[in-house]
Amino acid sequence: MPEHAPDRRPTRVPSPGSYDFDAIVVGAGPAGSAAALVLARAGRRVCLLERGPFPGSKNMYGGVVYARVLDHLVPQWWEEAPVQRWVTRRATVLMTDHQALTVDYRTSAWGEAPYNGATAYRPDFDAWLASKAEAAGAVLVTSTTALGLLVDDATGQVCGVRTDRPDGDLTARAVVACDGVNSFLAKEAGLYPHTEPDHFTLGAKEVLALPREEIEKRFVLSGREGADFEIVGCTQGIPGGGFVYTNLDTVAVGVVVSLPGLAASGKRPEELIAGLKAHPMIAPLVEGAELKEYSAHLIPEGGYDTMPELVGDGILVAGDAACMCLAAGIWLEGVNFAIGSGEAAGLTVDAALKAGDTSAAGLAGYRQRLESTFVLKNHRKLRAAPHLVLSDRVQTRYPALACDLVEQLFTVTDPLPKKGALKAFLQGRKRAGLKFSELARDAWAGLKTFG
Amino acid sequence: MASTTVPVTTPHTAVRPAGAPRWAPVSFEDRMATVDFRVAPQAHITVDNDVCKGCPAKQCVTACPANLFVPTSDGGILFNYEQCFECGTCYLVCNGEGAITWSYPEGGHGVVFRRS
Repeated sequence: MPEHAPDRRPTRVPSPGSYDFDAIVVGAGPAGSAAALVLARAGRRVCLLERGPFPGSKNMYGGVVYARVLDHLVPQWWEEAPVQRWVTRRATVLMTDHQALTVDYRTSAWGEAPYNGATAYRPDFDAWLASKAEAAGAVLVTSTTALGLLVDDATGQVCGVRTDRPDGDLTARAVVACDGVNSFLAKEAGLYPHTEPDHFTLGAKEVLALPREEIEKRFVLSGREGADFEIVGCTQGIPGGGFVYTNLDTVAVGVVVSLPGLAASGKRPEELIAGLKAHPMIAPLVEGAELKEYSAHLIPEGGYDTMPELVGDGILVAGDAACMCLAAGIWLEGVNFAIGSGEAAGLTVDAALKAGDTSAAGLAGYRQRLESTFVLKNHRKLRAAPHLVLSDRVQTRYPALACDLVEQLFTVTDPLPKKGALKAFLQGRKRAGLKFSELARDAWAGLKTFG
Repeated sequence: MASTTVPVTTPHTAVRPAGAPRWAPVSFEDRMATVDFRVAPQAHITVDNDVCKGCPAKQCVTACPANLFVPTSDGGILFNYEQCFECGTCYLVCNGEGAITWSYPEGGHGVVFRRS
């Protein structure tokens, strides 16, 4: 596909005699703040650059932070992190236009320390995590866009960034690109061989205000308990999914759709949200709620096989910039992978600075670190998942098959005798137009991927 | 003060017509008015209309979540950058070579999310 990102080449500069910082981290999202936190704690002079007026102001997501990865970085983080609700009710929903089959799990254990998932507003959560990096000694510079990379003319190694401030060149021995899903810095460094629209999904979300007690009544929650529904089959035939989750006094409803699928459908994102809100299962949950904020963001869902080179001379890539979002069926995670990869990047840069080599060879330990942690272990294991999950069968035909099957089992057909489950399944398979070979192949692929 | 007006109540059994929205419709303008934008003096999107005129698909028009791209009668594209979410959808779905060039707005400008 044609590239429309600005065709930028790094600016070649003479070797800096001295460096402004040991490391520059671009982007104060969860990846950048984790990297800066680790580096600052190691005593490094680190600059954390953010183009928004405050960290988190450009960020948006599909609802849940799984922050177990913070346990060792910020002990007892749950006592201070700006959390909306603790997810104690998590549901996976298979939907057709008039049916819904739900696996609805709840446990009070997730409502107590150390917790499992939390809903949070990213502008609050990301600003909080950046403040931890700042408290450790990182220099947070907001309202400043990195325009491109500086490259040492003598060594060809990245040695800083050009910013949009007057005299805004900043030099460092290493740059950590945590500049988000569009990562112009990683592209400029030549780390992305190709970017295809089908590596991405678009998330669009409405945040809807309701009184706190009303939310608790509708979602059957109490105190700070929260609910998170993840839905497949609700995107009008476009590969993707939907979500509904609770904040303290707002409910978020959104869709996530394949970019080429959306573009080809001719449907608009807000129409898809309206369709989900009108579904008989969802409508009573959001009835009468007032729109407080509409938002949208791209998600790098392509997984392991679409990641860029993670390291170049003087540069590493982490978080969304490195396609670290995991979108694999029942696992829909991103913030934790951003923090995990950012931490690994910070540790790698610190070790490289110690060894006096921040070339690609000196930074090569980054991939090994990631491979030895959940970040690339999970991504590698689930590398086939995005393809499977976004297939037409998983998207529309299996939800319809499952809903029809349960409907037949639960419908009393007197005076006709009951139909057996196997017969109902076989009829449903036929109606859904599914071949036995497809079922077998997907079952095997599913077992291999998720098993 | 006595009133003779019979209070109008909606019976709980009232059947809502299928597909009728259960909330007040929000115009797209009002939808975008819920978002805080600090508009930069300079546009961060440029569109080459000569390329757009040869593009039959114009997928940016429906895919852009902020509805920033509008087809014109002469086959081109009219756009505004002021209410951009800075997501990148437009340049990724664009079929025309070099039709949309896209970067980030000047630091401190552009979208400012609050409850995202």
